[in-house]
Amino acid sequence: MTTAGAELTLRHPVERFTLDNGLRVVLAPDRSVPVVAVSVFYDVGMRNEPEGRTGFAHLFEHMMFQGSANVPKMEHARLVQAAGGTFNGSTHQDYTNYFEALPAEALERALFLEADRMAAPAITEENLRNQIDVVKEEIRVNVLNRPYGAFPWLQLPQIAFDSFANTHDGYGSFVDLESSTVDDATDFFSRYYAPGNAVLCIGGDLDVAETERLIQRWFGPVAAREVPPLPPTGEPLPTTVRTAVVEDALAPAPALAIGWRVPDPVGEFDRYLGTVLLAELLSEGDASRLERRLVHADRIAIAQSSYVGLFGDPFDVRDATLLTTQVHHPAAVPADRVQAAVHEEVRRIAEDGVPVDELRRVQARTEAQLLRQADSVLGRTLGFAAAEIVHGRAELAGELAARLAAVTPDQVRAAAGELDPDTAAVLELRATGGRR
Amino acid sequence: MSLDLSLIPPLGEPRPQPVPTAVESTLPSGLRLIVVPRPGVPLIELRLRVPFAATTAADAGLHTARGSVLSGAVLLGTAAHDQTAIAQLLQGHGAELSVSTDPDRLLFATTLLPGGLRPVLDVLAELLTGATYPDGEVEGERDRVAERIGIALSQPGVIARGALAARRYGDHPYAITLPDPGLVSAVDGGALRELHRSRVLPAGSTLVLVGDLDPSAAADVVAGALGEWTGIGHAVEAPPAPDLRAVGIELVDRPGAVQSNIRLGGPAPGRTDPALPAVRLANMIYGGYFSSRLVENIRERRGYTYSPRSSVDHQAAGSSFLVEADVATEVTGPALLETWYELGRMALLPVTEAELDGARRYVLGSMALSTSTHAGLASTLSALVGAGLPPGWLAEHQQALAEVTVEQVQEAAHRYLASSGLTAVVVGDADRIAGPLGALAPVSVRAGAPE
Repeated sequence: MTTAGAELTLRHPVERFTLDNGLRVVLAPDRSVPVVAVSVFYDVGMRNEPEGRTGFAHLFEHMMFQGSANVPKMEHARLVQAAGGTFNGSTHQDYTNYFEALPAEALERALFLEADRMAAPAITEENLRNQIDVVKEEIRVNVLNRPYGAFPWLQLPQIAFDSFANTHDGYGSFVDLESSTVDDATDFFSRYYAPGNAVLCIGGDLDVAETERLIQRWFGPVAAREVPPLPPTGEPLPTTVRTAVVEDALAPAPALAIGWRVPDPVGEFDRYLGTVLLAELLSEGDASRLERRLVHADRIAIAQSSYVGLFGDPFDVRDATLLTTQVHHPAAVPADRVQAAVHEEVRRIAEDGVPVDELRRVQARTEAQLLRQADSVLGRTLGFAAAEIVHGRAELAGELAARLAAVTPDQVRAAAGELDPDTAAVLELRATGGRR
Repeated sequence: MSLDLSLIPPLGEPRPQPVPTAVESTLPSGLRLIVVPRPGVPLIELRLRVPFAATTAADAGLHTARGSVLSGAVLLGTAAHDQTAIAQLLQGHGAELSVSTDPDRLLFATTLLPGGLRPVLDVLAELLTGATYPDGEVEGERDRVAERIGIALSQPGVIARGALAARRYGDHPYAITLPDPGLVSAVDGGALRELHRSRVLPAGSTLVLVGDLDPSAAADVVAGALGEWTGIGHAVEAPPAPDLRAVGIELVDRPGAVQSNIRLGGPAPGRTDPALPAVRLANMIYGGYFSSRLVENIRERRGYTYSPRSSVDHQAAGSSFLVEADVATEVTGPALLETWYELGRMALLPVTEAELDGARRYVLGSMALSTSTHAGLASTLSALVGAGLPPGWLAEHQQALAEVTVEQVQEAAHRYLASSGLTAVVVGDADRIAGPLGALAPVSVRAGAPE
């Protein structure tokens, strides 16, 4: 373990308790700056959506900002922002989160706001229609009106996986969104937004005993409800290569994404860490294997990146997930040539292994990035919360630097051995329109 | 439903924000150094800002093209190390140097582990004094830059930003937001070596270090590592920017677009102008945050758009008030109408005390949040000090924000937010939106993406 790894492990002790209604609470005090971050993670994400309701988890995230029992529309935002705080929410594959970062003196206000919408969000016809329109504009700006919109996160899972949970469009089809009803939203809330299906995580400038009292005061009265079982998302490993082509009329140049199944991020954590470092070794910076090969030596790529987890965070996702290598390349370079070079570099690692000094450098950089994330009270708090909901152990977030520093060259080599070209999912994006 | 305030927990007493101590010094070469010791995570943030404006409007196209290649090519090698070796030397200390240009400056930025200060500065010094710009590698880099610019120019937001800048600034360097790919393709190693020699200079440049540091020891390390970086001349700032205030709407045609990108822009007070605090608060109330009039109107009431926003943006030679909204094609006219309507209300009617208080607390709170991390503080200080302001400006500005009145906000809005003073650009499907927009103002249609 390096010094910085040790510091990160030790500096942020975590306190936890559970309310009678089942709400799990994690407190991570750090009184160095007068700021608190308050986050509520619900254990429901895009992969829980029923057929015919694609995009519903994300649409519901919008509904949680439309007011609640004691807070009119727009007032949630005003009460946070007028206290000097910021807020947002986001929908992931396996969870949906809501969070605020505020001056420490606004802690109780944030608890009141989160408890009020955990008890009773304002699910009205008018609010639902309005937010369906807003979500459609979000999809237009991020997907439909933009070259490479949502490439490859919306299309690659469709060829890499088989189950509805893993293959459907998490942004949702316009047909499904438009046909959503108030009853759907009420049912979704009732089923998935139970206090027992949530984690409340607070970090920063807080007194543990006082904060526990405030949490009991505001969240204690929220009625307990039944908690749904976790949906199965794991799938059998692929046995064949799968390929697909998408056409993008807005894109001026082609792109390629290769996805490989990786070990279970929770059940096979140590093997998974080898894969996480492999992705870094492949693509982070000018010293990385694929940057050197594709961009500088062969000059067959404009840009490349590799990452684990669809949204690039390897520690916020359950099985099944992918290591994705994404390459933007000039039109004159055939996709096959890019693909062959990627597979060759992976095979080289699988066969020759990784020099210790190369891995140490990659680990140093990973450590610096984890520290950088932990430097922000909000970033640290979200990391603890995600670790609690996905891994059942908030402490893991504080241990990541040390755990990654302990990964051996053999683990990385083994991870490369699992990136089999014969079971990869390959998505080619063809530029069919060009600039306009 | 109205809000029952008796239910809302009151805010406690604010705890004072820790005030950063910035230790300043200047090297014999003219390089200014700002060191801010910060407890917390064991990291250092480094920002080296070199003023890098085009010297004249005529020269801006070429300068921008060369600068866009130089920012990648400076890392391609030195006499002692090739590109991979440089990246490896940095990576071992957790660092990865990002080099970028904008119309005002060239910026070297990285995070590093504390033990790496001297070795990372040594690599930086090697790049500053001995980057070789090898001809073959430069060719590869410039081809990639040209490809990337081609991709960027297919993004509607990029097209809109370029069109607004061109319309506001005419032949000033700020009119060019992305270099012409043709000029980029003509850049070679010789041009970059000359540009580096004449423009990457310590005099006028600023190095900011924030983090796990002892200021005087850090200053010694910097002097030791960067002492050889000298050069004749002084960094260049852009000439004052005009604001042409073109009348009517310029419509950039993007046939088949499912959304329209509305962009409005006009002048705003600079960082030292006493009107700035009032304009910043007027901007917040108008469209600067979620609790603003624009968001409430065109997002939360009408569902026209996902993230409408306004901002005050500072460049060295001129500051801007900007409004942006990406809206569904079929509501483009109504969305611009509402956007202008809210500007008119700002310019002609007073805001409420509650709106002003909310905006003020938000601005002060978000400044505190953004400077609470090493990285946020380093970037903020680099911009401020680079603009010729002392690090203490931050505290003075906070005090000035605290004293702004409703009347001052109205005066500022009348002067800077009135739609008559803003230049308008819309990118979208001209066949479908030219008619509705024409009902609001004269429309001139321009084809395709700016090159």
